[in-house]
Amino acid sequence: MTKEKREIIIFLVFTLAVLITPFFLQGSYFLNVLVFIGINTMLAVALNLLLGYAGQISLGHAAFFGLGAYISGIFTTTLGLDPWFALVIAAIASSGLAFIIGFPILKLKGHYLAMATLGFGIIMYIVFNETVGVTGGPSGFSGIPNIHIGSLVFDNDQSNYYLIWIITLIVMLLSINLSQSRIGRALRAIHNSEVAARVMGVNARILKVQIFTVSALISAVAGSLYAHTMTFISPASFGFNFSIELVTMVIIGGLGSIYGSFLGAAILTVLPEFLRVLQDFDIIVYGLMLIIMTMYMPGGLIGGLQRIAEFAGSKISKKGGSNA
Amino acid sequence: MLRIENVTKYFGGLTALEDLSFSVEAGSITGVIGPNGAGKTTLFNIVTGLYTQTSGEVYLDEKRISFFTPEVLAGFGLVRTFQNVELFGQMTVLENVMVGLHTKSNSGIISCMFRLPHQIKEEKAIKEKAMHWLEFTGLTDLAEITADNLPFGKGRILEISRALAVEPRIILMDEPAAGLNSRETIQIAALIKRIRESGITIVLVEHDMELVMDICDSIIVLNLGKKLACGTPRQIQENPAVVAAYLGEG
Repeated sequence: MTKEKREIIIFLVFTLAVLITPFFLQGSYFLNVLVFIGINTMLAVALNLLLGYAGQISLGHAAFFGLGAYISGIFTTTLGLDPWFALVIAAIASSGLAFIIGFPILKLKGHYLAMATLGFGIIMYIVFNETVGVTGGPSGFSGIPNIHIGSLVFDNDQSNYYLIWIITLIVMLLSINLSQSRIGRALRAIHNSEVAARVMGVNARILKVQIFTVSALISAVAGSLYAHTMTFISPASFGFNFSIELVTMVIIGGLGSIYGSFLGAAILTVLPEFLRVLQDFDIIVYGLMLIIMTMYMPGGLIGGLQRIAEFAGSKISKKGGSNA
Repeated sequence: MLRIENVTKYFGGLTALEDLSFSVEAGSITGVIGPNGAGKTTLFNIVTGLYTQTSGEVYLDEKRISFFTPEVLAGFGLVRTFQNVELFGQMTVLENVMVGLHTKSNSGIISCMFRLPHQIKEEKAIKEKAMHWLEFTGLTDLAEITADNLPFGKGRILEISRALAVEPRIILMDEPAAGLNSRETIQIAALIKRIRESGITIVLVEHDMELVMDICDSIIVLNLGKKLACGTPRQIQENPAVVAAYLGEG
């Protein structure tokens, strides 16, 4: 019970911090970065459900992000639908596709699953690039309308910030709930020992497809929101590099930690701003980070912070003990 | 309770089990023994749906369960433990047992995400029941420990606790005493007897003959994939074929 209460308090503090942050920021640059962090957090949380909890790799998650963005863009611009309606269609179509390919793909394990999802990501990237008549091809797709609720149009940094972050917070809350439920435990059980999980009655095959579907759905929602806040999209944002960046976010933040995904997303969003001096060599820094993290901090930054907190806690309680 | 009929399993050209038949009586403790490579673990893997047999049938009560998957069998109350303890290492002891209650709960992915009232109630019940099983096996104090950090002997007991949480009618235990010291073996023996008293049928593979002779009601001896003998512990001990298989003929 205390553990649950602590979870609630952490979430409330996090929410409060998110809501008041804009009041301390000047200018649109920082708000813009924070909007990107929000979108990346959604994506990292989505991938974390699959990779960190169920232990199933996807090297093609940018494809679901792109699919969400393009469906939303095309349905609003070409067909003139309301953005919210387009968002729902994007989510359904993306998760539907994930559900269909999930059954054959998730039978694979380890490297084979990595290759299959990689292939899927590349195929989708080619589709975005080559169907010039529909997607605009390499030169991108522009003129996507902003989302609006009645007369409130989300067309400036402040309103976009709240739109993105409220939905990000909802995604985080739902994911935390899931992780602490029978389904979350079953997913982690599959991760730890699939054979034992099955013997305990966990239908690993169905559950893996389900979480893959949910993960694709969240990614598509993020994609849709991305399209409506940026109003311009191009295939370059949804390629292989971005899929790898998402995996890096999840691992650096901490596998199986929702707040870790936020941390990983924040670092990988902000870091390129500092690494601009390195130009194309910035990828080396990501590689080094991944190597160092997996070697010395397998729990990611969140795991590392927890270890430090526990260490400090034990020191303090020892001191307290000797004083008493 | 459990009936094996003419089960044969080939691995390529290798015969792991050949025309094996036997039955297990409800409420009994049945031991399956035999030298290494006799096919004991293969038999367990077939019964629990991890392997498929080349031919033959398996029945649970009168229901034919050949070719059923492990997750379906768990729903029917057939569960097992593993020779090389298969715990959910990064989860706590309590969470391990809570996974055992998976078949006893039914909240889906959506009600879990939105914490619907039914799910909250169910979650509470799962935790209470899991604590009950930890109490039954004496692991209550270790509930919050990560399973990887448990001493080996406690890990074996946790695996049994987790299996009990499925509320099985029959448990197959693959070498429950392997790697345990004599004190832990005595504890496991007492636990197995207590489980039987609660009405659960037990089949176990074991190399510790003292344990097998002490707790089993009947014993099946396998050698080279075939049934060599079956009977009460006393009959087995006096069976010359069994003695020959274990000690070598001549």
